[in-house]
Parts: sequence; structure tokens; C-alpha cells
Amino acid sequence: MEMIQMVGLGLIATVLVLIVREQKPMFAFLITTFTGIAIFLFLIGKIEAVIQVLEDLALRSGIQLVYLKTILKIIGIAYIAEFGAQIVKDAGQESIASKIELAGKVLIMVLAIPIISIIIETVIQLLPA
Amino acid sequence: MNIDVGAIFQIAGIGIIIAMIHTVLKQMGKEDMAHWVTVIGFVVVLFMVVRLLNDLFQEIKTIFLFQ
Repeated sequence: MEMIQMVGLGLIATVLVLIVREQKPMFAFLITTFTGIAIFLFLIGKIEAVIQVLEDLALRSGIQLVYLKTILKIIGIAYIAEFGAQIVKDAGQESIASKIELAGKVLIMVLAIPIISIIIETVIQLLPA
Repeated sequence: MNIDVGAIFQIAGIGIIIAMIHTVLKQMGKEDMAHWVTVIGFVVVLFMVVRLLNDLFQEIKTIFLFQ
């Protein structure tokens, strides 16, 4: 049961953080970060399987590979930005966390622009001249 | 992907031991030594965290096709 493992890991890490925070807050922050990274590393193995299924489906249905790559990159950016922002928010730096989220949004928009332009061109071609 | 739960206990243990050493050194009247001990312990733990973070980012790069 992996879910029980995850919950146990979280509970143990929380207790350790509560113990250490009394003495050294810096170490408590590092424990939090380490736990977050460990859980994320565990989850990314699962995500890999899902993404391989997605790639398989895309190859079979003949979608252009550029779209799939863009979508995967966007998902990756979203995960990384969320992760980083949460860790920074835990350390009490709300403003830096919101800047990280802003960077994630802007980078996603930049990646999405080729697809948007293709959609707009298609719509323009559909319109009667 | 097996998680090394032991590392979390290691970090917590290092933190508690560093806190003890800090207290003892402060009682002995060596404030500057105590601060150096804290800094060194922090750097050691930071190395562990950063190495794991590097693993995570490499994994993300390979899975989400960042090349």
C-alpha cells in the first residue's frame, strides 16, 4: 500500500519538523524540503507511466508530435512552479512564491503561443474571404 | 522508486545534535565556535537536499521532454 507509506512519511516528517523547529528553524525547513522532494520523486515514477500511455495514444491517433511535446512541457512547468512556490511559501516568503508562480504562468503562455497562432490561422482560413 | 526515509531521520538527527553542540559551546562561552558549528551542519544538510533536488530535476527533465 503506497498511500499508507505516503501518509506515514508525511506524519513522521511533520513530527520531526515540530521537534527540530524548537531548536533550529533552518533544519526544520530543510526537512520539509527533503520530504517534499522525496514524495515528488516517488510520484514522478507514476506520472511517467501515464505519460507513456498518452504518448502511445498520440502516436496511434496521428496527432503531430509538436502538440504533445508542448503539452508535456506545460505540465512539467506547472508541476515545478507549484512545487517551488509551495516550498518558498513554507519558508515564509510569500512574495517570492508569487513571483515564481508568475514566472510559471508567463513561461506557459510563451510555450502555448505557437498553438494559439495555429488555431487563429485555422479559424481565419475557415472564414469566407 | 524507493524513497530513502532514513535520510529524513538523518537530517532531523543532525539538527538535534547540532543544537546540542551549540548549547554546550555557548555554555562554555565560545559563541563564535557555536555559530560556526551551526553553519557547517547547515551546509552538510543543504548538500543532501540539493543532491536530491538535482535528482528530481533531472527526472523531470527526462520525463517531460525538456531537451
